[in-house]
Amino acid sequence: MFYTVRSRLITIGILLVLSIWALIPANVTQRVRDAATGRMKDTTIRRVPINLGLDLQGGIHLALEVDQSKGPVPDPAEAIRRAERVVRTRIDEFGVTEPVVQVVGNNRLIVELAGEKDPARAKSIIQRTAYLEFRITDMKNLFRDALPEVDKALRQAGVKPAGQAAAAASVTQLFGADTAAAKGKRAKGKPAAKDTADANAPGVLSSLLFQGQLPGEYLVPEEQVPVAESLLARPDVRRLIPRGIELRWGNEVSSRAARSYRALYAVEDRPIITGEELQDARATRDPLTNQSVVNFTLSRRGGRIFERETSRHVQDYMAIILDSRVQGQPPFIKGPIAQHGQIELGAKPLQEAQDLALVLKAGALPAPLTIIEERTIGPSLGKDSITDGIHAGIVGVTLVVLIMVVYYRWSGALAVSALTLYVLFTLAGLAAFGFTLTLPGLAGLVLSVGIAVDANVLIFERIREEMQHGKLVRTAVDEGFTHAMSAIIDSNVSTALTAFILYLVGTGPVQGFAITLIIGIAASMVTAIFVVRTFYMIWLQRRPDMATLSV
Amino acid sequence: MIRLFANANYDFIKWRRWAYGLTAAIIVPGFALFLVRGLNYSIEFTGGTLIQVQTTQPIGTDRLRTALDAAGIRDAEIKQFGTPTDYVVTARLGGGGVAAEGSTQATAAAVDSALARGVGAGQYAIVRTEAVGPKVGRELQGKAFLAIFFSFIVTLIYLAFRFEWRFGLAAVLATFHDILTTIAFIRYLDLEVSLVVVGAVLTMVGYSLNDTIIIFDRVRENLRKYRRQNLYEILNLSINETLPRSVLTHGTTMATTLALVLLAGEVLRPFALVMTFAIFTGTFSSIYIAAPLLMYVEKRWPGQDARGARAFRPAGAVPLDAPQPPSPPAPGGSRSKAAV
Repeated sequence: MFYTVRSRLITIGILLVLSIWALIPANVTQRVRDAATGRMKDTTIRRVPINLGLDLQGGIHLALEVDQSKGPVPDPAEAIRRAERVVRTRIDEFGVTEPVVQVVGNNRLIVELAGEKDPARAKSIIQRTAYLEFRITDMKNLFRDALPEVDKALRQAGVKPAGQAAAAASVTQLFGADTAAAKGKRAKGKPAAKDTADANAPGVLSSLLFQGQLPGEYLVPEEQVPVAESLLARPDVRRLIPRGIELRWGNEVSSRAARSYRALYAVEDRPIITGEELQDARATRDPLTNQSVVNFTLSRRGGRIFERETSRHVQDYMAIILDSRVQGQPPFIKGPIAQHGQIELGAKPLQEAQDLALVLKAGALPAPLTIIEERTIGPSLGKDSITDGIHAGIVGVTLVVLIMVVYYRWSGALAVSALTLYVLFTLAGLAAFGFTLTLPGLAGLVLSVGIAVDANVLIFERIREEMQHGKLVRTAVDEGFTHAMSAIIDSNVSTALTAFILYLVGTGPVQGFAITLIIGIAASMVTAIFVVRTFYMIWLQRRPDMATLSV
Repeated sequence: MIRLFANANYDFIKWRRWAYGLTAAIIVPGFALFLVRGLNYSIEFTGGTLIQVQTTQPIGTDRLRTALDAAGIRDAEIKQFGTPTDYVVTARLGGGGVAAEGSTQATAAAVDSALARGVGAGQYAIVRTEAVGPKVGRELQGKAFLAIFFSFIVTLIYLAFRFEWRFGLAAVLATFHDILTTIAFIRYLDLEVSLVVVGAVLTMVGYSLNDTIIIFDRVRENLRKYRRQNLYEILNLSINETLPRSVLTHGTTMATTLALVLLAGEVLRPFALVMTFAIFTGTFSSIYIAAPLLMYVEKRWPGQDARGARAFRPAGAVPLDAPQPPSPPAPGGSRSKAAV
């Protein structure tokens, strides 16, 4: 299929386009700190999609395990999954753009925080015991009723509604239609009735809040969350929040009509029960109704308290709060619950039930974590490493180019131009498969440039030999490629095999090295053999009567 | 046109005993040193704490030593790291003293506070910290060992599949030789053995095998081509024929590794040094170890075809400068068209 120059050029063209496409700056979701409020939020930015390892970016790498030194933990694998869940809940506190929380094997948790500089702080956040509590939501809508007062106070303080307020208000209307479950009147409109002077001005705070599906649930457009948060943090606003009510943000972002919203819950300030009383939680699927459910068990004491509290709160909603974040949507209390309870999730997937069970257990059994490995790399060091690596790369590649062009002249120049493709393909490979470029990986890249030309050297030497035997240029080129092939394949496969083993047993940076080497080998096979051959074909087609070859 | 070593006709195999002597002179003392003093393992393997400090002025290791001594940290090793304002403080586990007392984490904090008192806050910055618990270290030791072991097994299987076991055995033994010389080299320079250096050793295994394979590939071809010559001559011929390639490829690879040694910074330097040495030893062993070994293997366990018989013929019976047999006719045109 690759006999004609045309089909070869098309193949090269496709590879080229694919590589460039893989390297075009793409939208990457990142969590960034909002400059105005210091809060973390998801944004998309455009950048070249090559991941840099911590050793190049700077940051903290932590490996944690369940501490079994003070008595055995019954199920370490389960404990580490709980820890993962907890760390994920707290991820915003780190304030880093691309946090990595990952369970490795069955009892190790890897946390990578690129750009974080204070290891002591990061460690204390991770090792803090999870705090779980159940609280009843604001069933009497005390918070909603206080909103007009809040808006008034804000107006008096001279706080202007955010620019998008007008647009947001119209969404309120739209949104109100499908919140039939909401009891009572909606918040919006009230301030206007009270304050005739500003009849048309929407409330500063209330315009940001949309009534959710249950009492005490409000939805805030994701982009307005920082504004709402800063408003709620104002002392004059806090004073006006009704006694016995506290506000807690939800952990999930839901989307509706192409906008994403974060839930804000008004909950009672007193938990009806905390995670200390929780003993077990399990996710199952009800075989009869095919619904996902979470069964939980409380301690004996906890069961007594819970029974008393739930019988007082039948028909109310109970928020499950882990580390001050409401997890999922608060379930509805159907009747008094004693030691054994069940949370029904309806048609939601079992995965969600399992997540909830993990949340409950995270608060139930604090499994202590020990840090077994810590690496902190300052960002300046990472930057220096990149600069040094690039310098070494430029010098190394320049030398290779010089050697090839001086020794093999035109053929060398062909090999060198194929080398540019080689570097492009290798970087594209890293980007396309989402591998991480590390400092040793950078060394592997530089090194593989030196090794990559080996295939061309083998071919060129063969061509020279064949020409010396008095063959025609065309035959010599053909023979050169054919005869060099077995050596090229054998040697590259053996190098790739050792690199693959290194990948299997290595950790982070060394894996980066192995990956770069493997991708480099694959790319060099393509460029050195296929691309250079095509160049020769074009060359020979243009000059069919060529008697000598510049090799 | 520049041609290096074109149509070279050196009797490489004749020098094999000298080569053995040379390589033994490198390996034996290096190994003796290795057995007596072991290798300088990084904390990744031993467990422990490493702290890289950047000072505003070149203060010298003595001042750091005084600062740490004052805080009672006596078993830490202090080294200048590249520039005169960069230092690395290493405290390994198992050495007793402060590193053994608290956790590796506590050591990092202790060093920081000792420096704050002894050097002065603001006069230094901690740019890198690594604290590795003993468990991780032990795991990595096992993994590194497994990696080298498996790379042998896998390449042996591959070679047995592509060539035949005699070639594979000679190639693996030559590679084993390379590992020994590299360990000796690491010991002579007292390089720190980190996981990245183990990575370099494994890459070296691949590279050296690669080089041996290139020569063996030519041997395989020449054995079919020149049926009348003995193995000794075939080996010499094959090495000579691949010599220009060896010189060129090692030139380009060496250019990149030297660039890494000189420019890529202190962290990568041990890796780059080992790779540079690996290119030497890999080339050397492909020519002087692998090829003669193949001859011995063939003598001891003769191959099925005529090769075995030819290996028995007295070496050098046919003068090497005897006229070369005419090149065989080009193989059928169908082969030359094989798609790439």
